[in-house]
This record gives sequence, C-alpha cells and structure tokens, in this order.
Amino acid sequence: MEHTTQLVPLNWYLLLSTFLFCLGVMGVLIRRNAIIILMCIELMLNSVNMLLVAFSSYSGNSDGQVFVFFIMVVAAAEVAVGLALLVSIYRNLGSTDIDLLNKLKW
Amino acid sequence: MTFLGLMIPLLPLLGFLVNGLLGKYLPKGSAGWIGSLSVLASFVCVLLIFKDLQAEQAISIDVFNWIALGDFSISFGLWIDALTMIMLMVVTGVGFLIHLYSIGYMHGDEGFTRFFTYLNLFIFFMLLLVMGSNYLMMFIGWEGVGLCSYLLIGFWYKNEPFNDAAQKAFVMNRIGDLGFLLGMFFILFHFGTLDIQTVEQLAPGLASNGGLIMIITLLLFIGATGKSAQLPLYTWLPDAMAGPTPVSALIHAATMVTAGIYMIVRSNVLFALAPDTLTIILWVGVITSLFAAIIGLKQNDIKKVLAYSTVSQLGLMFVALGLGAFSSGIFHLVTHAFFKALLFLGAGSVIHALHGEQDIRKMGGLKKLIPITYITFILASLAISGFPLLSGFFSKDEILAHAFEQNKIVWIVVAVSSFLTAIYMFRLVFLTFFNNFRGSDETRSHIHESPWTMTFPLVVLCILAVLGGLIGLPAIFHVSHWLNTYLASVTEPSAALIHHGDGISHGLEIGLMCFAGLAAIVAIYLMYRKYVMQKAIPESEESQQGFIKAIANKFYVDEFFENAIVNPVFKLSEWFGTFFDKKIIDQIVNRTATTITSGGQALRLSQGGNTGTYVLAMVIGIVVLFIIRLLI
Amino acid sequence: MNQLIFISLSTLTIVSALFMVFSRKPMYSVLSLIFCFFTVAGHYILLNAQFLAITHVIVYAGAIMVLFLFVVMLLNLNTVADQIKTMGFRVAAMIGAGMLFLVLLASLKSTTLGTFSFPEDNGMGMVEHVGMRLFTDYLLPFEISSILFLSAMIGAVLLAKKEKR
Repeated sequence: MEHTTQLVPLNWYLLLSTFLFCLGVMGVLIRRNAIIILMCIELMLNSVNMLLVAFSSYSGNSDGQVFVFFIMVVAAAEVAVGLALLVSIYRNLGSTDIDLLNKLKW
Repeated sequence: MTFLGLMIPLLPLLGFLVNGLLGKYLPKGSAGWIGSLSVLASFVCVLLIFKDLQAEQAISIDVFNWIALGDFSISFGLWIDALTMIMLMVVTGVGFLIHLYSIGYMHGDEGFTRFFTYLNLFIFFMLLLVMGSNYLMMFIGWEGVGLCSYLLIGFWYKNEPFNDAAQKAFVMNRIGDLGFLLGMFFILFHFGTLDIQTVEQLAPGLASNGGLIMIITLLLFIGATGKSAQLPLYTWLPDAMAGPTPVSALIHAATMVTAGIYMIVRSNVLFALAPDTLTIILWVGVITSLFAAIIGLKQNDIKKVLAYSTVSQLGLMFVALGLGAFSSGIFHLVTHAFFKALLFLGAGSVIHALHGEQDIRKMGGLKKLIPITYITFILASLAISGFPLLSGFFSKDEILAHAFEQNKIVWIVVAVSSFLTAIYMFRLVFLTFFNNFRGSDETRSHIHESPWTMTFPLVVLCILAVLGGLIGLPAIFHVSHWLNTYLASVTEPSAALIHHGDGISHGLEIGLMCFAGLAAIVAIYLMYRKYVMQKAIPESEESQQGFIKAIANKFYVDEFFENAIVNPVFKLSEWFGTFFDKKIIDQIVNRTATTITSGGQALRLSQGGNTGTYVLAMVIGIVVLFIIRLLI
Repeated sequence: MNQLIFISLSTLTIVSALFMVFSRKPMYSVLSLIFCFFTVAGHYILLNAQFLAITHVIVYAGAIMVLFLFVVMLLNLNTVADQIKTMGFRVAAMIGAGMLFLVLLASLKSTTLGTFSFPEDNGMGMVEHVGMRLFTDYLLPFEISSILFLSAMIGAVLLAKKEKR
C-alpha cells in the first residue's frame, strides 16, 4: 500500500488549516450574528485540531491526538455555555446582533 | 593638656546647651551667670595651657576622624599654637568681660536667657574657628559665628529694620563665604588636604605655580573682606549696630570681625607666596581705612561712629597684613579688641543711662553724671587715637613704621586716616561728655551710673587698653618685642619669603612716633576748641551741603548697592513672577493638562463598546505581533 | 491516490467553510458547517486517526451542531436578514484576515519542518491505543475535564433558565 499511494506532504495540511483558521477569523470579524460567530470559532478550533492530528500522525506520537480529544471537550463545554448565554441575551434584547451589545465601554 | 584644650570650646557649648534647653526651668536671671561662668572657666583653661605651653610648641588634638574617603581624610582636630593662644585669650578674656557686662545691660529684657544662649553659642563657634586644625573646621566656626551674628543683630526681632540689618549682614557675609569656600575647594584639589599645617608645608613646593596660589589667596581674602567688613562688603557692619550693644562690642568689634585677619595670619605662608595678593590686600586696607574714617567724621549715632571706626581700624590691620607684617596685624588686633570693646561697652553704658538714646546731639555733659564710664571711655578714645604710650599708640605706630619703610604713599594715607580717627573719636567724646546736657530734663533726672557688673568690665578693659601696648614695645625701649618673639614660630616660615627692608633707624622711628603722637594731640585740641570752647553742635541733615552731605550719607554706598543690585534683582524676580512664571511655566503645565484631557476625549471615542471593533483591533494586533516576530 | 483524496476532501472543506461564513441565513450556515465537519472527519481517517474521526463526528456533528440547530430554530433566527456589517468594516475585516493569512504563510515558509516518517497504520489512532494513553498518562486531565463538563452543564442550565421576575 505504501508503494502504491503517493504521500500527502505535511505542508498541505499546514496550508489547509491556516486557510481555515483565517476563514474563521474573517467570519468572526464580518458577521454580526452571535451564533455564526460562535460557529466560526468552532471552525478555527477545528483547523487547529486538524493540524495537531497531522503532526501527531506524521511524527508517530499519539500525544497530539489526546490533545485534540481534550480540545473537543473544551469546545463542547464552551458551546454549551455560549449558547446558553446567547439564549439569555436574545431573551433580553430580542436579537443576537453583537453590534447591539455595546454596553462594554468606559 | 589635651583635656584642657578640649574643655576650652566644650564649656561654652555646655553653657549654650544648659541655657538653651533648660533655660526656662532655671531661676530667672541665672542664665547670665551660667553663660559668664562657662566662658570664665574656658578662660581659666586657656590660662593654664598658656602657663605650660612654650611659644614654639603646639598641641594637636584629634578628636576623631571625621571624613574618611580613600586616601583623603579630614579629622575633627584642634590645633593650639602661639597664634591660637593669643586669639583664645582675646576671645575668652574679652568674651567673659562682655558676658559679665551683659548681665547688667540686658537686665530685665524678655529675651535675657535667649541672649546668653546665643552669646555662648557664638563663643563656642569662635573658639572652633581659631582652634580648628584644618580649613573645614575653621569654616564651621566661620559659618557658626556668622549665624550667631545674624541671630544677635536681629535679637530684637520685633523691630523690622533690625531684621533687615540682620539679613543684610547674613547676605553680605555669604558673598564672602563663597570666596572662602571656593578657596577651600582649590586647596583641597591642589594640595589634597585641608590640614592647615600640611598646606603650609606643601605651599612652597607649589610656589612655581604662582597663579594658583594667587587664586587661592584671593578667594580666601574675599572671604576675609566679607567677615572683616572691608570694601566693598563693609556696609553690613554699621547696620549690624542694630543688635544689643554688648553684641556690637563682642562680635562686631573684638572677635568675629577679626576672623578674617586671623585667617590670613594663620595661612601666612600661602599669602607670603602671593605678593600680588598682598598688594591687593594692602590697598583694600588702605582705602577702607581712609574711606571709613571719613564717613565716621559726620555720623551722629554714637554706635555708628564706633562702627565706622571699627571698619577703619580693620582696614589698618589689613594694611599691616598687606605689608607682610603679620605679627603687627595681630598686635593691633589685640589692642583694638581691648579699646574698641571698651568703647562699645562705654557707649552701651551711656545708652543704658539715657534709656536708649543714641544720638550724640542729644547728649552732652555726662562726665559728672557717669564718672566711671567717662574716665574709661576717654582713656579708650586716647588709646585708639594713638595718644603717646597708650596701647593703640604702639600698635598703630608699628604699622606706620612698616608702611613708612615700604611705601611712603601708604604711610601718608594711613597717617591721615589715623589723624581722622583722633578727630572723630574726640568729636564723639566732647559731644557726649562735655558741656551741658542737651536732652530733656526728664531724661536727665533718670541718669545714673551703671551697676557693678557693667562698670567692672569697663575698668578691667580700661587697664588693658592702657597697658596693652606692653606686649609689643618697639625696639627703641631696649626691651624685646614680646609678641613678635611669641609669634615667631607662626610667622617665621613666611618671614623668609617676604623681603623686608633693613628696618628704619631708631632715630627715624622716634621721629615717626613723635609725629604720630603730635598729630593725635593736635587733633584732640582742634576738636576741643570746636566742640567744647565754641560749643558747636552738628547741624541737622537738611542744612548739610555738598561733600559734607555725601559723607553724612555714607557716600551713598548703600543707595548704590540698592540701585545696582537689590532693585534689579527685585525687578528681575518680579518679571519672573509675573511674566516667566505665569506666561511660560504655567502655560507649559496647563497646556500639558489640556492636551491630555482633549487627547483623552478623542481616544474615548475608540472605546465604542462595540465588540466587533475590539475583535478587529485584536486581530490587527496579532498580525503586527507576527510581523514583528517574523522580522526580528 | 492519497493526494487525490486529500485534494478533493480539502476542496469540499474549504467550499463548505466559505459557504458557512458568507451565507446570509443562519440555517444554511449551520448545515454547511456540519458538512464541513464531516469532511474534516475524512481528513482524520486519512491521517490514521480513526478513533478521533468517530469522536469528532459524534461530538461536533452529533452534539454541538445539533445544539446550534436547536438554538437557531428555537430563536427563529432565520428570518433575521442582512447580518453582515457595514462596507468599511467588512473591507477592514477582509484586509485584517488576509494579512493574518499572509503573515502565517510567510512564517510557515520560513520554518523548516523536521523529517517525518510515513504515517503508517500502526494502530496508533485506534481506540485501544488512545484509550490506553487517556487512562494511564492523561488520567488526571481526563477526570478534570469531566468535572469541567459538569460545571459547564450546570452553568448552561443556570444561564438559560428563565429569570424570575
């Protein structure tokens, strides 16, 4: 099998995850809907996860995969709390537009 | 001997501490006795040392090593040699008599304790000044006596002009002190030590560097002009008469003002190595002596006359120093301390009797009312005028002889100024004690002789003023000049450096003495004719004309200083206050504040509270960080 | 073969991610993100991380994204239109993100990667292996993360609860 298949260079994974990460950043910046922003954060987390797995596999060390596992745990917890906050915000403001959340000044 | 040496300055210090700290718990009036006895004890210590100490010997007392920096160290050291002995005897001896006098004079004054506290402190500092083994110790004493002088001139601080006089004295002295300080720095820099004896030994080695020695000596001399009231820094001394009369006698006649002379004699080798400085000293002394004597002619305040007389006599001492006759300067210093202290104390007694009246035009006819004061005062006046065989006659004559030997012009000027001395002194004497009393009858009925504490010092000082000349009899009497011999160990090193003439012949010296004595007698007779026989009274200020008016107004020196220095300084500070401070300093401060405020107002807008903006800023920040990380 | 699979998977990932970011309606965003996560799981399989791939599908696609879906539907956000920012801000955001991408690329270019062995199928990504690591070397973080979960759960319940008036 090793001889028949061509290797995927590690660089490609680096490129892909960098691109996904930047895409996530852009999403966070240009969207106003808090839900989409949360999703963009998930995307950024995933791009990092992918990079970790790629490094882990290529170096033959499973520590990276264990890390990814923990990141997933944190992501799940974060989403649970984040969405709960969102629901609470929506209940108070009637919207999830973060531009309305401008109380964070002075 | 070391113990006695230490006790000399410590006893007055003890008196100061007891009076200053415990004064208000002690019975009223005891401060005077504590102060006087502490100085008397100090005087006894001096006498005990004097008994044992040979003229060539010196005691060096290192109390402790005060400043040690690497190779350089200054010890808190005392040094007692022949010159110090002379000064110590004058300071403690005359000091004690004046303390005693003050008990009577200051009796009933509300600041009685304070007065003796200051007086003891002054004695302490004066002793430190004359006993200091290095220039720094001398400087401490120098500044200390300046401080006490300030405190005592402004003793009656509720009187505004007295305060001004005190400040004037302080500021004038400060100018001189700066010179002294700079001189000290130069010495330290070039000699590496401040120890006077070491400096004196090293100085001939540096003589090739004539300019350096000249700068040092000139700076030290500037210090001396401030303290000893020479031109142009003399104006504080007449104003210093605002202080109580014993203060004028002690500080502004007998001791502190002679500190400059002492200092120059102490560093006589340095000065002998700088002939140009000696010439400057000579001429400053000559001019001051004549100038002050002329002003003294037309003063009507009994103490002002004596003050200008002091300036004039100090000028005479500087003439002696300028001629290189250091021991003659000290001789005149000693006799002057006796008769001038006596004159001041006598004047104080007169003022005391007249309840504060100081104008000689309102005196007169006092000789029968206060006989002891009269006799002592007239003897002192004779002494200062150079009446034959009194102390001033010998000390003045010695200076005149030196002047005649070296520079005839100096001799003429000095002779004139000493002729003028006789004139203004006897103008004062005749106006004060002769004829009829010119004050109100009510004052006359209260005139009484002073208590014994005041008359006793007068009598003792009178004896000294009459016989003081015996310590320096000239060669024509075929006895050795005791003071010259005694001071030989101090002045010898410099004597070799100065070219003295071969000395004048005995015949010429006798001639000079006869001339001086005759001049004094003539002056006295002239005054007697004018003020006793013709009963002239000095006219009031308004009727004075031309040159006389200029003299009476002290040649407008004070006005000159006022306009040339004081007023411009005030104008400048006013300009700084109204323009520079308000328009520039305040503007800088205010503009800074307003800039920050408006900047804050502008920056505040960036804190819009919009989460999106914050995130964008964060991303930009990250990018910048990455770029920096990448490039570096 | 592997490269081909990688390229096609990557294309799908990127396209779905782009769609997620730029789609106007939240519902579409959620759905395209779910699809994106599936392709990421594909990547994991390609990297011989089979256990992670399954966990990824279960946790992200199954749990997290369903949660998002619920919220979107519950709040009826699909009707809210035009939730993209002003033009100026959008340009700024684009430039910012683009710059980040460029800088990251530049930094990647300047890094030298070590030599890596071929990713063999040595059972490293299998459940036994990962489980062994988790319950031996990483036992403490594992237990702590379960406590984190518990607190997140309680927090979510507390936050989402209707406040008493």
